[in-house]
Amino acid sequence: MVGTVRVGMAEYKVAKSPAILVSLGLGSCVGVALYEPTKKIGGLAHVMLPDSSLSGKKDFNPGKFADTAIDMMIQDMVKIGVDPKRLTGKIAGGAQMFQIKSDSSIMQIGRRNVEAVKSKLALLNIKILSEDVEGNYGRTIEFNCETGELTIRTIGHGIKKI
Amino acid sequence: MFSDMELDALKEIGNIGAGNAATALSLLLSNKINMNVPRVAIISFDDVSNSVGGPENLVAGIFMRITGDISGNILIIIPKPNAYNLVNYLLKHQPGEAGFSAMEESALVEVGNIIASSYIVALSDFTKLSMKISVPGFAYDMAGAIFSFPLSLYGYMGDTAFLIETEFTEGIDDINFHFFLIPDDESLKVLLKAIGVSSFGWNGQSRNGGI
Repeated sequence: MVGTVRVGMAEYKVAKSPAILVSLGLGSCVGVALYEPTKKIGGLAHVMLPDSSLSGKKDFNPGKFADTAIDMMIQDMVKIGVDPKRLTGKIAGGAQMFQIKSDSSIMQIGRRNVEAVKSKLALLNIKILSEDVEGNYGRTIEFNCETGELTIRTIGHGIKKI
Repeated sequence: MFSDMELDALKEIGNIGAGNAATALSLLLSNKINMNVPRVAIISFDDVSNSVGGPENLVAGIFMRITGDISGNILIIIPKPNAYNLVNYLLKHQPGEAGFSAMEESALVEVGNIIASSYIVALSDFTKLSMKISVPGFAYDMAGAIFSFPLSLYGYMGDTAFLIETEFTEGIDDINFHFFLIPDDESLKVLLKAIGVSSFGWNGQSRNGGI
């Protein structure tokens, strides 16, 4: 497809209409889509983990963590003229793919990603317009920079537009 | 950074585990099982699912957590057509298009359990390290989604995924498994030390993803 920009695991990308930002096969990861409707600029982050303070090292890829990925993506959007006050958000993902009894909270990584993304966006005063999160299934998401619409495709759980 | 010698040692560790697993699998299926030479892959998170047909490819995944002297994850990926063939071979019927029944899922999980246990037993024997594996979890979904969980666990430490991959193939009925051992970062050091290959490149510091 022309104008499709792929956003891989632990990456974030910013694009202008008519581009479509796509993340394939989100599991416990969360896709954070930010949109500026008047300039039709969108950003999509494919977040793997909740919090950069848990990183084992100081020099890490900021795209991995909810807090740093969102900050960096907004910086990139501001660089091309977006007023961060106009941004709105949509989020999808954060599934728990495997149901295993475990004494630690590691299995709940999807839910923790969702919580981290929500609290980061709340901190930045970015309103979440809609969401499709958690559950136990994978999602492929397409963020249309022309309309701001986020399309979610699944296997066995239908297609949703939010 | 890993030296060539360390990478070879890790490949050999994979080989020992996989050899035992292949034997167990061939006993279970009463058929000859081929395996490739294990691949030690240090690649970006996003490239991991490419070896099993890309992030959107529909696969069955069986996940187990390893704990003990080393910790890490085992993920067995069986692409949909191969999983159907395996169920057909074991239970003498084809699963329906809607997915696996509880019985069919249980058969797949049990095969995964047997492979992983044989792998870990051989590994533990060879390294004299104690390890045990959790009860398996099962998912039937997009490969990218299935990989995301074990990779997230690894993501705290590294910016690239480190995995030891072996492919098992049974030719006649077209059954094919991808076996991934994803040791936690610190456990790689322990593994190398256990087989006496720990003197190069570590200097006690954690790997920083830039390999």
